[in-house]
Amino acid sequence: MEALDLARWQFGITTIYHFLFVPLTIGLSFIVAVLQTFWHRTGRHEYLQATQFFGKLFLINFAMGVVTGIVQEFQFGMNWSEYSRFVGDVFGAPLAMEALLAFFLESTFIGLWIFGWHRLPRAVHLACIWLVAIGTNLSAYFILAANAWMRNPVGHEINEETGRAELTDIWAVLSNDQAWSTYVHTVSAAFVTAGLFVVAVCAYKLWRNTHHGDTGNTGEAPSAREHSLFRGALKVGLVFTLLAGAFTVLSGDHQAKLAAEFEPMKLAAAEAHWDSEEGAPFSTFAVGDTDQGHNPIDVGVPNVLSFLATGEFDGEVHGMNDLQESYEEYYGPGDYIPNVFVVYWAFRLMMGLGLFGIAVAAAGLYLTRGRERLPRNRWFYYAAMAALPAALLANVFGWILTEMGRQPWTVHGELLTAASVSPGVDLGTVAMSLALFTAVYGGLFVVEVGLLRRYIKKGPSHLVPDLDDDEDESTIPHFSY
Amino acid sequence: MDLALVWFIAIAVLWTGYFFLEGFDFGVGVLLPFTGPRNSVDRRVAINSIGPVWSANEVWLITAVGAMFAAFPAWYASVLSGFYVPMLVVLLSLIARGVAFKYRSNRDSDRWREYWDLAIFYGSAVPAFLWGVLFANLVQGVAMGPDHVVTAGLLDLFTPYALLGGLTTLSLFTLHGAVFLTLKTEGPVRVRARNAALYSAVAAVPSVVGFAGWTQAAHGQDWTFFTAAAAMAALVLGVASTRRGREGWSFLWTALSVLTLTVTVFGSMYPNVLPSTTDPAHSLTVANASSADYTLTVMSWVALVALPVVMGYQAWSYWVFRRRVTGEAVTGESVTAGGGGGDTGTAAVADPGPPRS
Repeated sequence: MEALDLARWQFGITTIYHFLFVPLTIGLSFIVAVLQTFWHRTGRHEYLQATQFFGKLFLINFAMGVVTGIVQEFQFGMNWSEYSRFVGDVFGAPLAMEALLAFFLESTFIGLWIFGWHRLPRAVHLACIWLVAIGTNLSAYFILAANAWMRNPVGHEINEETGRAELTDIWAVLSNDQAWSTYVHTVSAAFVTAGLFVVAVCAYKLWRNTHHGDTGNTGEAPSAREHSLFRGALKVGLVFTLLAGAFTVLSGDHQAKLAAEFEPMKLAAAEAHWDSEEGAPFSTFAVGDTDQGHNPIDVGVPNVLSFLATGEFDGEVHGMNDLQESYEEYYGPGDYIPNVFVVYWAFRLMMGLGLFGIAVAAAGLYLTRGRERLPRNRWFYYAAMAALPAALLANVFGWILTEMGRQPWTVHGELLTAASVSPGVDLGTVAMSLALFTAVYGGLFVVEVGLLRRYIKKGPSHLVPDLDDDEDESTIPHFSY
Repeated sequence: MDLALVWFIAIAVLWTGYFFLEGFDFGVGVLLPFTGPRNSVDRRVAINSIGPVWSANEVWLITAVGAMFAAFPAWYASVLSGFYVPMLVVLLSLIARGVAFKYRSNRDSDRWREYWDLAIFYGSAVPAFLWGVLFANLVQGVAMGPDHVVTAGLLDLFTPYALLGGLTTLSLFTLHGAVFLTLKTEGPVRVRARNAALYSAVAAVPSVVGFAGWTQAAHGQDWTFFTAAAAMAALVLGVASTRRGREGWSFLWTALSVLTLTVTVFGSMYPNVLPSTTDPAHSLTVANASSADYTLTVMSWVALVALPVVMGYQAWSYWVFRRRVTGEAVTGESVTAGGGGGDTGTAAVADPGPPRS
């Protein structure tokens, strides 16, 4: 065990944890903005309730995304000082831009939105949540461009004297195929996640209302208004998920083609594809022998991998054995094959779980067609509730695929992970910080899930009372900590 | 002027903005236990005085560190890895405090709120102290080899000068926060904040005088004599204004003190950004730690366009929330009696709305 191993574990744990909240923030900010826009345009009380209800859940989640994000920015310097020294010139720029152009926007306008319900004109207040949504999406672009650069290092040259990478073309970094394709894929997956969050919450409420006849622990009878609110929100979530799902699948296909071009080793590992082949099959299940470099068991669909990677059924897909040979020739001796087991299964779980979520959305949309219909079968509700963790896990496995598949490099072809770690930080120190982060994050996770459950159970009428029959104007609740 | 120096100044500006803004919200956090009894409306008034703005204040830190990464990668790398444990503690504190602000009122339970109040107190006090320790070290230097890897142990970072630096930022931010509370609140919190300001002055004035004087005597440049003197004078004027109940003036003076003290620190550091006590030849300097000109040029354009806009809308957000925070505003008009803390069970929404007829 070396400091390097623990530093990698820490990066993996803190990043995955951070990314449980990020997709929900990106997608829910948008959904809340849409709901509030509906309210602004129609004045219907249900939309105000839905805005406040999902807004509340969004904020509980947002807080966690923000505080765990600070760790990410510091961690490059703390644990990966040699990486930071090598890439700072290129990699630091999008990070600083993210803070300057996106984080200020998000943080300032989220404060205005939370506390501004009574102090700002309604249209200005609505603009605040839209600016938050724009901020979250902008920030995603910068950080993903930085990450894409690690996989496809463009727009720079190595300074022979200092041995550091130096930026030569910022547009190349911000606008290359990997950057925007990764952005579309990640953000549409985030929208799927947020859409399924809404779906899961609505399914839970509708299922409780119909099967248990209560609205949480308020002791009140289920209200007809709440029922129609959740049915409406369910459809918003379903449509959102399905639209975003289409983009996720299309951009995912594009990602595979880019991997074939820029990171053939990652694609080969994701497929446990050892030997170069024309008309390569798509593996559905394989048991590999990584020492010998072949799979004793491999069940594949002929020609599909070639099609995914190249767009042609008999295109050539490079295998790991051949790539390893050519990498050794080019970069010198070493092991350039990532952890095939992890990458192979991460790829399958990402696709499987993601597609499951999208399928639930498609089925849900069919089952709720028309104005009143709701599915009777309880299995639909179970599936809808399961779709949220499935989507969150699909995101996690997507990142495991991306990051583990890039190994042994931090910057593909330029800097090895082993050469990136901080030389001055010893094993004990990293062990301590890993333990502390894991404990604190674990504790906060319990708190966060507890709070979400609590507010979901209480329902929207707890935040914004239902309208009495003789009232025609909604009262907006007053916010304070 | 060369771009590396421009960016050194830009980073000094970002840290100054951070200490000016988060300085008072750290102070409010440190003073939270003294603003009112446990679970009182008073404590909520104190928290709500920074409620809408503390998060955006913290972005100044994120931007300052991001700018260090982009403009001085070697500085960023050596400082964050070399000060690993203090930075870890700062991160955990900021996590605890950030979550505490948001989650504190989300359950109607006294114990729940007491835990989060502790998190706010320590989450504010500890980083307020550690930032002073860190910057004192950046001025004084640490043991560092030719590859710019810091070799100083954890205890080596806590020299008398560094400890005084920590005490200075902690007490100055506390005073700054107390003055902010007098300016932004009404009623008992305002009265207690005024007293807290005068008490914290007992620690802040000698610390600032000592630290600014020591910095100037041991590391200063000619011109930092004036900023060091200004930091001391502004603080004294700030305390005098508080005594006379001139809250607005007092805030301007403490802000000026924070500002000039930060400038003194950066001025005394220059042309180094992290001196090596092992051998001056190993020091990180503005010249040898910076990125290449192309990156600095790109960043300059981005900052030139974005920073005024950011400052504009952030100032506007302060304008929107310019009114003093009162107990009535926090609990909502319909809550009249008692004013205990148990009225927050409805979380985000303390106010069930005006009574219906």
